[in-house]
Amino acid sequence: MIYKSVGVGLFFAIGLIAASSNWVYGKTPDTVTPAPMQLSTADHSKFEVLQQRFKSGMELTKACLGCHNLAAKQVHTSNHWNWEIPNDKTGQLVGKRNVLNSMMVATSSNGPYCARCHISNEWKDEGFDFTAEEQVDCLACHDTTGTYASNKWHQLRVKCSACHVEWDKSKAREVVRKPNLSELAKQVGKPSVKSCGGCHFYSDGGDGIKHGDLDSSLATAPRHLDVHMAQDGLGYSCTTCHKTEWHQMMGSQYEPESKDEQGVDVAAGSRATCESCHGLVPHPESANPKLNNHVDRIACQTCHIPALARGGRPTKTYWDWSTAGRVDDKGKDIVERDDKGRVIYSSKRGGAQWAENLTPEYVWFNGRIEFTTMDDSIDPAGVVQLNTLAGGPDDPKARIWPVKALRGKQPIDAEQATLVAASLFGKKNDGFWKTFDWTASIDAAMKVAGREFSGQVGFVETEMRIPVNHMVAPAEDALACVSCHSREGRMKDVEGLYMPGIGSVPILDKLFLTMALLALSGVLLHGAIRVISSQKKG
Amino acid sequence: MPKKIYVFKRFERFWHWSQAILIITLLITGFEVHGIYSLFGFEQVVGYHTIAAWTLVGLWIFAIFWHFTTGEWKQYIPTLEKADAMIKYYAVGIFTNAPHPFRQTTRHKHNPLQRLAYLFVLLVIGPTIWFSGWLYLFYDVWPEYGLANLPLEWVAVAHASAAYLMLIFLIVHVYLATAGHTPTAHIKAMITGWEEVEDEDEEKTKI
Repeated sequence: MIYKSVGVGLFFAIGLIAASSNWVYGKTPDTVTPAPMQLSTADHSKFEVLQQRFKSGMELTKACLGCHNLAAKQVHTSNHWNWEIPNDKTGQLVGKRNVLNSMMVATSSNGPYCARCHISNEWKDEGFDFTAEEQVDCLACHDTTGTYASNKWHQLRVKCSACHVEWDKSKAREVVRKPNLSELAKQVGKPSVKSCGGCHFYSDGGDGIKHGDLDSSLATAPRHLDVHMAQDGLGYSCTTCHKTEWHQMMGSQYEPESKDEQGVDVAAGSRATCESCHGLVPHPESANPKLNNHVDRIACQTCHIPALARGGRPTKTYWDWSTAGRVDDKGKDIVERDDKGRVIYSSKRGGAQWAENLTPEYVWFNGRIEFTTMDDSIDPAGVVQLNTLAGGPDDPKARIWPVKALRGKQPIDAEQATLVAASLFGKKNDGFWKTFDWTASIDAAMKVAGREFSGQVGFVETEMRIPVNHMVAPAEDALACVSCHSREGRMKDVEGLYMPGIGSVPILDKLFLTMALLALSGVLLHGAIRVISSQKKG
Repeated sequence: MPKKIYVFKRFERFWHWSQAILIITLLITGFEVHGIYSLFGFEQVVGYHTIAAWTLVGLWIFAIFWHFTTGEWKQYIPTLEKADAMIKYYAVGIFTNAPHPFRQTTRHKHNPLQRLAYLFVLLVIGPTIWFSGWLYLFYDVWPEYGLANLPLEWVAVAHASAAYLMLIFLIVHVYLATAGHTPTAHIKAMITGWEEVEDEDEEKTKI
């Protein structure tokens, strides 16, 4: 009762103050521009410096730096800028500039095309100046309309069919429209899901292709797809968890934290771990008390991300470069689709397998990821692990994590037995998509990388595992106990793991069941003889 | 003339039948937890198994108290005397209508094979299953008791092995319950408490 009256009192007091301030100043406040970021204290559309026609990204950046004069310096030290991350745990120099995968193979060799997702204005070639402040492309992250990244990319005028094997011509005009920098500049704000998604949803050449837990369905996520980002729920953006200080993002996939033992510290800035908000005892008392016993060995993601690619966009699980380049009788590109219309072969990209509602694979993981690079020699007959997630059952820092596995075949230097980069795009005659000539493509790419290439092209099977973090389902859709605690459960391929529900030493089960059956048949036989012998007497 | 003696007191009968229900429940649920089949679903069945286990613990506390206060624990003192006769009876005599070598009295309710079997249940199967079961239930506090390096699988193997032995005991026990002088005599006795015995002077019928 007392709380109620205090509440009502406060309500009136606030109303009175609000009313009186209007009365004191004699006017109602200006209508706030319905910009997406109403929490901001600045309305960029009113800034004088932004009331001009920007002819280039660099011009716009200079305008931004006029006020945000430390921003570029901060960006210059970020992973987003450098694409090169010294991994303290492994001593390796990783990041997009250095690692390889079986999808678009390598960024370094694809000149301006991959670099178009880089947060710079004009990274075109090796001559790019990473120290130039005006090169920072502010809009890459701070565009709030969600149109900029895509439009910027399409200014490259790559042949549409390079990516859009299922190309819809009617949309062509829309996507290749030049971004209106002056308009976009007035609407800048904190990065939205669409800002980040402009690049991250489309990794390796299309929506959802690479990650499976990151695709454009998250931009309009319903609750069942992502409980945090749900438009009809919490409505978090990427940066709610991936907190940023000084333009440094938390939560890099190159140096993930497999087991956060610090607990709740979101007030000091989230570390993009579940524990950062949910703490070390995350399940409520009303839940099965056994759940909290799991957190020491099972990553939250394992139960709470029951499947990948749940938003209606398939993700690629297999990419076979070795068959790419096949053309039809007339020399034209081939495109083959499965019954769902997904491209399972194209001349430009080779063979593919796709999945929706994909069950992740599970591995022990202690946060240390080692990459196989072009420096390492490989076994051309084996399956090359492009990255190795360290950890095992005896490692207290390791937990069981869900991973998206990418498998495929990718080019190698058959003589040196090393992985290679390859040039795919390219207007000159060295891009694979132009010539279907691996030797020329690899040769060009290796020159860029400053490495030897013998000229002998081979292909090797590769595997890569990416820890899964997104598309967190609501609690009611999390895995049930039986999902793992059964003989054919999800953990059946995880090494060194015993848990109830999977049986134990199989020979022991067989032995005891045989004994029980023998006992049963023994007593039945005994009983039968008793019956027969008593009948004989009777 | 057969005579009736009151062998199983009210608490004993209550103990026997509630224990029977609980053990059968524990076997059915336990083997699902072990992953032999799927009946109730893992989460539910673990709950049922745990409830039944704690109920049985409670029952045993009463039973142990009862056995010691009444002196009935002496019924389980093992003896090999006439055990060979019992084996011979089950192997041959029972088919030829030979007389039962054991005379039941209130002081000696159990024949020597029963004594051995029950003692095995009480001293081997019971402790193994209780001890491993408690370890299982308190898995999350193992490190606090210096058991961090104990493999859960060992505990599971001990628990399941004891459970299998209990299953085998149950099969044989249920069958031998029909091996009285009529097939239902023992079962009736376990329900009513009254067993029909040969009309002999109770004092003389020691085994």
